[in-house]
Amino acid sequence: MKHILMGEYDVIVIGGGHAGCEAALSAARMGMSTLMFSMNLEAIAMMPCNPSIGGTGKGHLVREIDALGGEMGRNIDKSFIQVKMLNTAKGPAVHSLRAQADKNRYHIEMKKTLEHTPNLDIRQGEVTDILVEDGKVTGVVTRTHTVYKAKAVILCTGTFLRGKIFIGDSAFMSGPNGLAPSVELAENLKAKGMNMRRFKTGTPARCLGQSLDYSKMIEQRGDEIPVPFSFMDDEIGENKGLCWLSYTNEETHKVIRANFHRSALFGGQIEGIGPRYCPSIEDKVNRFKDKERHQLFVEPEGLETDEMYIQGMSSSLPEDVQRDFYKTIPGLENLRIVRPAYAIEYDCIDPLDLKPSLEYKGLEGLFCAGQFNGSSGYEEAACQGLMAGINAVLKIKGENPFILGRDEAYIGVLIDDLVTKGTNEPYRIMTSRAEYRLLLRQDNADQRLTEKSYKLGLATKERYDRYLKKKEAVEAEMERLKNKSLGAADLKDFLLSRGTTEVEGRTTFMELLKRPQISYADLKEIDDETRPELSYHEITQLEVEIKYEGYIKKQLQQIERYKKLEEKRLDEDLDYESIDGLRLEARQKLSKIRPSSIGQASRISGVSPADINVLMVYLEKKRREKSK
Amino acid sequence: MREDTIAAISTAYGEGGIGVIRVSGDDSKKIISKIFAPELKPNIMTYGHIRDNFKGNVVDEVMVCYFKGPKSYTAEDVVEIQCHGSLVSLRKILELVISNGARLAEPGEFTKRAFLNGRLDLSQAEAVIDLIKAKTDRTFETAMDQLEGGFSRKIKAIRQELVDVLVDLTVNIDYPDEDIEEMTYEKLIAGLGNIQQEVWEFIKTLDTGRIMREGLRISIIGKPNVGKSSLMNALLKENRAIVTAIPGTTRDTIEETLSIGGVPVILTDTAGIRDTDDVIEKIGIEKSKEAFNRSDLVIFIVDLSRELDSEDREIIDVIGDRKVICLMNKSDLEIKLDRDVLRGLMPKAVFIEGSMTEDQGVNDLENAIKDMVYGGQVSQKTGFVVTNVRHGALLKEADQALTDALGAAEMRDPLELLEIDVNHAYESLGLIIGEEVGDDIINEVFRRFCLGK
Repeated sequence: MKHILMGEYDVIVIGGGHAGCEAALSAARMGMSTLMFSMNLEAIAMMPCNPSIGGTGKGHLVREIDALGGEMGRNIDKSFIQVKMLNTAKGPAVHSLRAQADKNRYHIEMKKTLEHTPNLDIRQGEVTDILVEDGKVTGVVTRTHTVYKAKAVILCTGTFLRGKIFIGDSAFMSGPNGLAPSVELAENLKAKGMNMRRFKTGTPARCLGQSLDYSKMIEQRGDEIPVPFSFMDDEIGENKGLCWLSYTNEETHKVIRANFHRSALFGGQIEGIGPRYCPSIEDKVNRFKDKERHQLFVEPEGLETDEMYIQGMSSSLPEDVQRDFYKTIPGLENLRIVRPAYAIEYDCIDPLDLKPSLEYKGLEGLFCAGQFNGSSGYEEAACQGLMAGINAVLKIKGENPFILGRDEAYIGVLIDDLVTKGTNEPYRIMTSRAEYRLLLRQDNADQRLTEKSYKLGLATKERYDRYLKKKEAVEAEMERLKNKSLGAADLKDFLLSRGTTEVEGRTTFMELLKRPQISYADLKEIDDETRPELSYHEITQLEVEIKYEGYIKKQLQQIERYKKLEEKRLDEDLDYESIDGLRLEARQKLSKIRPSSIGQASRISGVSPADINVLMVYLEKKRREKSK
Repeated sequence: MREDTIAAISTAYGEGGIGVIRVSGDDSKKIISKIFAPELKPNIMTYGHIRDNFKGNVVDEVMVCYFKGPKSYTAEDVVEIQCHGSLVSLRKILELVISNGARLAEPGEFTKRAFLNGRLDLSQAEAVIDLIKAKTDRTFETAMDQLEGGFSRKIKAIRQELVDVLVDLTVNIDYPDEDIEEMTYEKLIAGLGNIQQEVWEFIKTLDTGRIMREGLRISIIGKPNVGKSSLMNALLKENRAIVTAIPGTTRDTIEETLSIGGVPVILTDTAGIRDTDDVIEKIGIEKSKEAFNRSDLVIFIVDLSRELDSEDREIIDVIGDRKVICLMNKSDLEIKLDRDVLRGLMPKAVFIEGSMTEDQGVNDLENAIKDMVYGGQVSQKTGFVVTNVRHGALLKEADQALTDALGAAEMRDPLELLEIDVNHAYESLGLIIGEEVGDDIINEVFRRFCLGK
């Protein structure tokens, strides 16, 4: 078979989903000639499951992607239908932004951005193989026998790889949303020694909005003033649509129970492992027998379509059963389904085979991101794509990889979890996975990450200047609050009106703000014309840093300890077999995972504190031998 | 680089009249100055008293030596306190040092620091690794030792209650949109209050009787009716164990603490280790085996008035190469046992002859125990002193974290702040039983709640 050489690039990205787009954009923006393949250009930045971006933990990821110069935040700001800040009843560290997306608009805006990005080519085509020379990836081969050379390749295959859809007793090879699957690439990757696993996920049915009775459901509005995801956007306009809440009932459960045996899930046809946090409705009914009802949200798929998404009700039951159980739900009695619910199974790798840079350990120059790495979710995929893109560029330039610590970003937590602990199900971020949650807030993502990204050449000058401006504004206001004070008499009425005790003598605004009953907004009442106009995120940052100073200090101390161990680097090719004193289990785990620091080693299950001590002594010994 | 300050008892207990507590790290001088009034000067030994800075009482009369880093064993600031070698004194002082800000040293940590700070020669690196390994194995054994029975069950039960709280917190924080019961501060305060109460109860038991009962573990072993209970009585000089002529009366293990030549000893009288169909006795036999496995020293009793039989031989097999004193009892009766055969079977054992009911040979036995301890033949298998201080420190840490969490709940601080303290308590208790911090909370969240898109 003759291959036709069609082009040479620095970086080639396989896949145009959320991981692929960020990977391609970051590589191109860092000056690399980049080519992004998508099986179908209509599938660029496609959202084959829920029509929303963000949520707890996920919203934090989007802000971090944005702070690093990624696209997801800006893209959703251009295409949202409704925005809501979640968790506002709790503390600011876990406030999370979520937006309902106009799926088609999201796709169009992302495609537009890709099309207009310098150094970036996009191409419709199916990559069927990667080229390897001397353990190093050198390019890709397509279905039409064309060859593209590259210095680095990034795999972002999503659920396409040997994708298989299940609806009732029918099962067929397919990518998501009726798109063609990628089978040959899966086989060729396996032949190159990649260890493949099967994971599973699912999506609910879509129905027409005109067939629903909204009077029987509870309206879900967005926030009064939508807060933008991107640090670069000030105002994004008003909400454009509504969501609806309804509940299943005993009748729904009866229909599902009567048809358990017809589900692909219970029939045993599905071998892949699905995520626990995203169970199908039959799984929910089966596992939580005592629960009388399950909630579901009906959400618009877009502004120019009547399709509605039935969130909370994914299923792999046959279409007649789907129709019957959906119709038992108040408001859905006359629903007309336009796309049935399905479960999908796909190939992915064990992320323990990856370095923290997301480079595959077995082949130099091959990077991986998204569902291929065993994660789940648009946001999880996007942030890995971004990091894989950055690291592919750094690899080509011969520079050190860009690794974010668990103390620096949720992205760091996510990637470290994947490559250090591995995962047995599609991995989803949760704020409780982060040890230093209080410091990894969405309001300070820019402070944590923009400077780093600017140094990498990814964040633009414009973004960097904005970041500096915000930083100065917050610092100046902090200083002002420290100095601004009022006497007890002037404060009396104000304090009583807020249900808090009076003060003696002059008290600074900073002291007042430390009281739980008083917010920054409250202070406006007693403030003067020196009070600046601050943004939502600037205010949050101020409040958090003042109100929770004690906790922040505690976490900073913990981080100090954490960092000490992270700074002790371990060689990639360290021969753990030759280190006396390591227990057998530790030796095996360390040899497999090859941690890049003592800190990472200490998080591997099966490596004890004693093993860590042995490693530290060993390192010191090596160091001294070298300096001799 | 700044290191935290560590402390440990550095002399083996029971081997001398003086005990040494070593403290190393940047804060060591500061910490000691809180409990020791005289000013410390480098390389000068200072006389004075250790005073409990919380209660105000004098704990012990000591000599304190301060080595200013890098001229010290670890190349950090080191303070060594020489106190009386008694268990009580060592423990108390170590506890004080820890409650004033030091952390209990890990096994081999002083030596590790000495090496990492360049004090030890490169050739000693392997030795340091061996030391860490050996000491860790021993500490691990100790941990396992103490984990038998009620202690770990109790810790696990308290931890489970904390898991319940943490799961509620997590699900409330991470799944605000789900149809689940909302966490109220009232519910939290009630739950955490109960848990703290249990931790308090636990700390109380640690502070009193139980600690004082820790000592050298000796188990008494032998077939039924050879005089195990009589030996126990003779040593105790009181009539605690039931002595009767029907084999199998000592149905459970009986534990007693006594002092032999200043060595605190835990004496365990075991039921005969033999096969039986009697359910109650079976339980006793299991306990005997457990007690036997935990002991530092074994006293094996044979009956001189009966011939050596298969049961005795089985026990000799069980003993293997453990440190053993063989007591040949009932020397006042007609002797039918061939002593030479017995000696041949147990070449390493120390042999004592006597009659426990006649009070003959009891002193010899006591001396043999003392000799073995002071002669260094028996060192405590377990680092129980350290281990207990560690448990105490961790329990107190958990208690403090719960106090912080309750305070935060009273102030209506956000849940994710509170969670930091609750999690701290959970982790402290986990360290006691050596449980790895994993994804147990998240797993529990998904097991208990129906969540998802």
